[in-house]
Amino acid sequence: MGLGAKPGGQQQKAREDASALVKWARNNRRAITSTLFLIVMLIGFTLANTDVFTQFKTYRSVMIALPISMFLVVPLVFVVTAGEIDLSFPSVVGLASYAFASIVDHGGDPLVGIAAALTVGAALGYLNAILVVRIGLSALVATLGMNFFLRGLINIIVEGFSIAIPEIRDTFIHNLLTDDPIKIVDHLGIPNQMLWALAFTALGVFLYNRHSFGVRVHCVGDNPESAAEMGIDVKRTRTMVFIFTGVGAALAGIFSVMINFVWWPTTGDGLLLPVLAGIFVGGTPAWGGIGTVFGGAIGTTIVAFIETGVIAAGLTGFFTQFFYGLIIILSLIFQRFNGGRVR
Amino acid sequence: MKDDYIIELRNVSKSFGNVNAVDGISFGVRPGEVVGLIGDNGAGKSTLIKILSGVHPPDSGQIIVRGREVRNWNAARSREAGIETVYQDRALAPQQTITRNIFMGREIKNRFGVIKVKTQYEEANRLMREIGFTSKVFDPDSPVATLSGGERQGVAIARALYFDADLIVLDEPTTALSLVETAKVFGFVQNVRDRGRSIIFIGHNIYHVYDIADRFVVLDRGKVVMTVAKDEIASAEVLMKHMQEIAEMAHADAGMLDA
Repeated sequence: MGLGAKPGGQQQKAREDASALVKWARNNRRAITSTLFLIVMLIGFTLANTDVFTQFKTYRSVMIALPISMFLVVPLVFVVTAGEIDLSFPSVVGLASYAFASIVDHGGDPLVGIAAALTVGAALGYLNAILVVRIGLSALVATLGMNFFLRGLINIIVEGFSIAIPEIRDTFIHNLLTDDPIKIVDHLGIPNQMLWALAFTALGVFLYNRHSFGVRVHCVGDNPESAAEMGIDVKRTRTMVFIFTGVGAALAGIFSVMINFVWWPTTGDGLLLPVLAGIFVGGTPAWGGIGTVFGGAIGTTIVAFIETGVIAAGLTGFFTQFFYGLIIILSLIFQRFNGGRVR
Repeated sequence: MKDDYIIELRNVSKSFGNVNAVDGISFGVRPGEVVGLIGDNGAGKSTLIKILSGVHPPDSGQIIVRGREVRNWNAARSREAGIETVYQDRALAPQQTITRNIFMGREIKNRFGVIKVKTQYEEANRLMREIGFTSKVFDPDSPVATLSGGERQGVAIARALYFDADLIVLDEPTTALSLVETAKVFGFVQNVRDRGRSIIFIGHNIYHVYDIADRFVVLDRGKVVMTVAKDEIASAEVLMKHMQEIAEMAHADAGMLDA
């Protein structure tokens, strides 16, 4: 009896394990799709130029600036899931990091600068929320307007001058948050900023899936009427995602200035399209209610590797945009197999 | 006697622009009672329900829960007061899992807001079996979009059931359901009443409402025009006749306005 039951029990266990795996794959299929896409793309690049893509320093060089995008893409996945969009983040990066750079430039403590940048980011996120959630403007148009408005504000304030803060080198906070690119030759670990970005992504994944904030963001983006009927404060939830994006943009700005030792009036400008592409390439659909934070991080990584891959494959820079477009469209076609649009 | 009410509305009004959707309504529900709320389209049924459930704040009037007035009434407060509403549109988020839908707005979480995922999953599983979901094709992790209309209604009802509401509001619960599914909803109403809980049942179908309710409240153009116990009404036909008289009166009023 005991002997007969045992293999049966094992079989049952194996079946349960298999079905648990299938279920896990089903629940995470969007993130899995983008991860597979990244792997396939990297294999393609490696075949095109084995020398470059078998060396760790290639990956390390991408990981120097990639974290800036990751601090943005994580909260933006929340925004898109909530059924909104925020196009003002490039200028929020610029303005928040201006606060940081000018405080450090005037001899202030870097920690004070960080606190100021985070405050500016959160306040600008709240301003977006007032326009979109309270006044009821279209998120697309209002945040696009804010992007121009805030960049204009920066230009008026600094009149084209940038701020260099070499004094931040070798301070405790700089060594804690980033790796000096100058030391890149004799240091072969993962850059500190990448570790912080990964920690931020992990926090985002947790909030998105396991915390009531993330779950309510899903419900609000899926069906705001139902969410309100079930007692979810829809306006508050939407306001929170805009503030979260402002804070993420501030972090991106702080890291950008720390990595470059310079704040430019254009800081953040180039991030708009690659970061947006990263959200959707990663598997978060544009219609709201569902998405993946992990996929968003993978999506920005895909976008970050495109330029390196194209150049390393021996093509000229003229091909970069062509491959940007090609890879974005291909990855969206792959994501299409995870379900069509619902609205 | 008045203190008996679980919830009572006193002189509640709500208007949208120039339309007085609900115009000075006073109305209460006693424990273990099934109230049938009837009235033509535009009589104010849906608005009244949305005031009760806190989705629309009333413009004026009082809301009294178990003898105490509650101010700043909203959807979260209504659910805290033990009122669960099964909306006509089911109030579901179709791309989310059954579990997430059941616990929408009232997640099982610790004090840091971290959701107890396993507990929620097990509770959802238990509830689905209780209300007769036996299909092996889906589990509590299935998205609601994969369910049929009757099954979706089941999820909405499971939600009301889980929170052990004192008052369950069913807004047109039999709309678009098959006969078998309608019978299930009726069985559910019976079950809830047997447990000493109250129900407000809103329906277009007078026969359905007559069968199920202990008391009828008839609305017309934002006002309560008739409140009558079932034992004062001989049959559904008599109730139907009253409804027709009310409709004719409305027409007569409209005629006077024209003249």
